[in-house]
Amino acid sequence: MNEDILKPFLERARWQPMEVAFWLFVIAAFFLFPDYRVLGAQVLVIGTFALSLDLLLGYAGIVTLGQAAFFGTGAFVAGWLGKYGWHEPLSGLLISGLVAAAAGAVSAQLIVRGNDLSRLMVTLGLGLVLYEAANKATALTGGIDGLQGIEFAPLFGVFAFDMYGNVAYVYAAVIAFVLLWITRRLVNSPYGMTLQATRMNAKRAVAVGINDRRTLAIAYTFAALVAGMSGALLTQLTQFLTIDALSFGRSADILIIAALGGAGYLYGGFIGAAVFVIGRDMLSGISPAYWHFWLGLILVLTIFFARGGIVGSGVKLWRRIAGMRSARP
Amino acid sequence: MLLNLIGVFIDGLSYGAMLFVIAIGLSITLGLMGFVNLAHGAFAMFGGYFMVTLVGRYEWPFIPAVLAVAVLVALLSLVIERVVYAPFYRASQLDQSLLTFGVMLMAGGIAHYYWGPSQQAVRIPEFLSGRWQLGDLSISRYRAMLLAVGIGLLIVLKLGLDYTRFGAMIRASVDNQRVAGGLGVPVRRVFMIAFAVGCGLAALGGALGAEVLGLDPAFAARYLVLCLLVVVVGGAGSINGTFFAAMLLGVCDVASKYYIPQFGAFMIYVVMVLVLLYRPKGLYSLFSRKG
Repeated sequence: MNEDILKPFLERARWQPMEVAFWLFVIAAFFLFPDYRVLGAQVLVIGTFALSLDLLLGYAGIVTLGQAAFFGTGAFVAGWLGKYGWHEPLSGLLISGLVAAAAGAVSAQLIVRGNDLSRLMVTLGLGLVLYEAANKATALTGGIDGLQGIEFAPLFGVFAFDMYGNVAYVYAAVIAFVLLWITRRLVNSPYGMTLQATRMNAKRAVAVGINDRRTLAIAYTFAALVAGMSGALLTQLTQFLTIDALSFGRSADILIIAALGGAGYLYGGFIGAAVFVIGRDMLSGISPAYWHFWLGLILVLTIFFARGGIVGSGVKLWRRIAGMRSARP
Repeated sequence: MLLNLIGVFIDGLSYGAMLFVIAIGLSITLGLMGFVNLAHGAFAMFGGYFMVTLVGRYEWPFIPAVLAVAVLVALLSLVIERVVYAPFYRASQLDQSLLTFGVMLMAGGIAHYYWGPSQQAVRIPEFLSGRWQLGDLSISRYRAMLLAVGIGLLIVLKLGLDYTRFGAMIRASVDNQRVAGGLGVPVRRVFMIAFAVGCGLAALGGALGAEVLGLDPAFAARYLVLCLLVVVVGGAGSINGTFFAAMLLGVCDVASKYYIPQFGAFMIYVVMVLVLLYRPKGLYSLFSRKG
């Protein structure tokens, strides 16, 4: 009896062939494109950042325009650790993530009150305030010139970060996989079900006994953790950092990436990040100043013709093909 | 000292008046349809740019140019509303914000393409430049004019909303869209007209305010934040609320940037958080009898 009820949920949690294929491709890309490992590592980091937003957009239903606040917090904590003597990367990553999560837990109290619009506003406001604060505190953050003299010890004391991005790529891929795996577990857990129920209909969720504010606060905090860790990851890979990590532009870019890739599938962020980074490389070569125009156009077209983003449209197409095949006698 | 304070206060009020003129359209569209139009600032921006072109290149006189700009942008917004926005009234707020955000980015790109990345200035006519001297107090004529326009529009909008048939339709639709529709109010058409008027007003604000607010391709993004602040603090769909919120934020912003420049940029957010803590639905709840 119990088994039957749980079956659809357990089915959802099973690893899909496409997911396995995705991670196999991440491994294969290391060997297939040896010249692009640095770029690949960046795609993975940005994809991880987009994953944090995907959790909010696709699962919690919170539209945020200030996710860069946590990305930047993680990035700066990692930067300070690296600058002032804590050179071990893995523990640095964890500490940065936890600090960002703490910031997320505090601001979540503001986010869970109110409606979509005030959330949009509060996230935007908090992000801008943090950016302004970092901009003013030049002594601490280096301002627009950036924080310099960041150093990290080799991974496990053996693998030093090299110029060709070999270690960076593997490191980013492993961290991205671990974070995706944890997020995946989270959204398929009973807690994840309550989260999605809250997104679908907050009033009914409350009626069946879900504490909606706490549910959303947990999701927000966890998203801050992931965002902070991706920020720290970027700092560790590039060993350089400016307050650009906190800027509104970054929040906006990541929102576009998540929407382009498709929210609510966990992988949308990675696909979106790949398209975004490669697209920026190509388009900005033609006309760097109008990159934002093309970005806006892509976003509008995505919303118009492919509402689920790349992954969402792919899934829909796949289901239609599968439906046609099974309908055939 | 006191004169100084009054001067800053008047500057703040005129700044607030421009915020009001720009934000009122956003407030109405949000209150009416719950439609999140993040591209609203773009309409104000194009108002400013059209003004620059008309006055600067075609040598139009100031006042006809302002009016022409408002009408032009209102017509333009009608087209955009029909073609781009209309299919998304029933979509989720996420889709709406992403769509309009994309429109805003495109607007910035277009402005960059036609007018270049630098700051543009609108030439101000003789009769508005200069200052009035009232004893020791000197008031910029232009700013006084902005304040007068803001208050004038408040009165016109308030009267229009309270005493005309169309105003009654808007109020009914804001209160309860479905019931209003059931009683025969053509909600879609009401919204369309309100949208166009709101965008025309935003263009008016952009055209007049370009001098005070600064005009460059990032205008839309910069004032989006302020407009949303005004709407959130004021309460969506309320003219009184929007007006007081715009004035409050305008004065706070100017005063804090003048007296405590290190923290000037934060003040408006502090005000927002304080207001939202005590009045989660915005200042509007001060005026509504329902509480």
